[in-house]
Amino acid sequence: MSAMTSKRRGLRIPPVVASVLLLLAMVAFGSVMYTGFFSAQVFLNLLIDNAFLLVVAVGMTFVILTGGIDLSVGSVVALTTMVSAELVEHRHWPPGVVIPLVLAGGAVFGAFQGWLIERFRLQAFIVTLAGMFLARGLCYVISIDSISITEPTFTAIAQTRVPLFAGAALSIGSLIALGTFAVAVFVAHGTAFGRNVYAIGGSEHSALLMGLPVARTIVGVYALSGFCAALGGVLFTFYMLSGYGLHATGLELDAIASVVIGGTLLAGGVGLVAGTLCGVLMLGLIQTLITFDGSLSAWWTRIVIGALLLAFCLLQRLTQRGEAGAEAA
Amino acid sequence: MTTHDMSTPAPLPAKQTPPPPPPPDSIWLRAARHPLIWPLATLALILAVNASLNPGLWHLQWRDGHLYGSLIDIVNRAAPLAVVALGLTLVIATRGIDISVGAVVAISGAVAALMMGNAVAVINGALVHPSRFPLALVVLAALAAGGLCGAWNGLLVARAGLQPIIATLIMMLAGRGAAQLLTGGQILSISYPPYFVFGSGFFLGLPVAALIALAVWGGMTLMLERSALGLFIRAIGINPRAARVAGVRARTITICVYAFCGLCAGIAGVIVSSNVKSADGNNAGLLMELDAILAVTIGGTLLTGGRFSLAGTVIGALIIQTLTSTIYAIGVPPEINLVVKAVVVFAVMLLQSAEFRRQLRAIAFRGEPR
Repeated sequence: MSAMTSKRRGLRIPPVVASVLLLLAMVAFGSVMYTGFFSAQVFLNLLIDNAFLLVVAVGMTFVILTGGIDLSVGSVVALTTMVSAELVEHRHWPPGVVIPLVLAGGAVFGAFQGWLIERFRLQAFIVTLAGMFLARGLCYVISIDSISITEPTFTAIAQTRVPLFAGAALSIGSLIALGTFAVAVFVAHGTAFGRNVYAIGGSEHSALLMGLPVARTIVGVYALSGFCAALGGVLFTFYMLSGYGLHATGLELDAIASVVIGGTLLAGGVGLVAGTLCGVLMLGLIQTLITFDGSLSAWWTRIVIGALLLAFCLLQRLTQRGEAGAEAA
Repeated sequence: MTTHDMSTPAPLPAKQTPPPPPPPDSIWLRAARHPLIWPLATLALILAVNASLNPGLWHLQWRDGHLYGSLIDIVNRAAPLAVVALGLTLVIATRGIDISVGAVVAISGAVAALMMGNAVAVINGALVHPSRFPLALVVLAALAAGGLCGAWNGLLVARAGLQPIIATLIMMLAGRGAAQLLTGGQILSISYPPYFVFGSGFFLGLPVAALIALAVWGGMTLMLERSALGLFIRAIGINPRAARVAGVRARTITICVYAFCGLCAGIAGVIVSSNVKSADGNNAGLLMELDAILAVTIGGTLLTGGRFSLAGTVIGALIIQTLTSTIYAIGVPPEINLVVKAVVVFAVMLLQSAEFRRQLRAIAFRGEPR
């Protein structure tokens, strides 16, 4: 037990600090290299363009904290955009009904995956991989083509900008994302659920012996991730104003990368929700830098994110190995 | 065994049939217990459904020195999937997973297309499509690209200690980016005729793609069953640490297994790009990882490692291709395919779960008196 707490104390800060330092270095690099980069609106655009990613990554943080993984999030985002577009555009349902419906749908989808994982002791990645293909397939069942949204409420929300200072403004979607983030920080560090999540990630067996509600928490974590993915999908619908089965392909990598780059250990039990915000900003910054550069093709974004994720995973392994060596000695 | 013992006065059965082993426990029970019986039964069932919708299914004919027919078509189309799934079987047997196979298929096809170029030349008044490099070199480069991607995955898993799902997730998405970078986001068309033999050629009247799959299967069976390699791989899957302590070179074998899986994906990339005469960085091999995992699990390989069946995987690949063509035959939009497959994965996954079977048994026997 004491070894565990010392391990947690030893690891809790360094990856997050590394992420923050890297983020600052990238901002400095961009500001020096490209004119017009260092402005309030460029940074607020990071939030506007990545609001959905922030929400999805926050949900993913909880899953990874328990030591699991959720590969279905990108497809759930796509399915949400598709269902919203279909219901609003073709069935003419009011947005006030559609949005709660898709949010509940995402939570149920996630809870179902969590139930399969917990109840039948299945591996999380294979269950959520199947869930990923199921959600993607359901998109195509609705329609193969993109459905664009012209409904007034959606377009109004998409176009509204909330002015902040010096002419810079945020979108409604990014405000929702920041609100979700604040709630998530509270849930992770201020509630029993959050403590259970950390305990299960530390050691599921110990958590069970301590009498914590392991089963309920695991199902809850996947339900939360499904809910966040659906909310991310709603924000994505605001952002794109369309539903399409090929939306958000590869978003699961971006979400996992944000979480890991934010300093959360893939093994579970160690990490901060605040780190995830840092990770999301870093991914957004990579995209912004590639756009500002202009000479690199868009395919590079994915490769750079993959490389960065790899670097952070290796860093985690090295710290863990160092710890293990120190403990053994 | 042929005569019964007359000297014993005990109440022996009066008939001449030999005593235990009892006759019912013969070929049928043993067949029912054989691990391949369920995959085979599934295949037979889907084929029967398909045959009822498509009466010409069993019809084979010999035309222009080739064998033609729906069945041959299914086998031919299942070939790249079977090759990928065979490679993946070994990875899963070591308790790993490789979800980058689809991206590697795209990379290998793109490398082949780039090596050949798409030039047109006029020689002796005839239009010909030359290749920039000899065919052997092109194929070798494509396979090497696949093998390298796989070896990289293996290094990350075995040396750096990353979780297989993360290591191969990186390759799945960064690799797709690399394939798009290679093709410039376009579909590169291939016009060098000798290359087409892999995807749509015939040898001795049989499709070359199917023969390649058969060769991979045969080679692997020989390697794994005639040497201790199969045993080692099973040992790693059951308990990697114990295997290493027992002297199995677990890390080296794991790296080789991932490299081989990449190589198999490379072979599939050559078959696919040769069959459609183009390399598409965006869509080649897209979602193939699901089909491959499905084929492996349907064939009876455990996702938790330690038990694998190569024959089962080949049958699994045939099941998936037959299912796909049956879905086309029924007339359901092909997009439903993905949903059906995902549901089948869920079902197979549950059936493999010991916990699920235990609970099922508990429900089935609850009502009966003890």
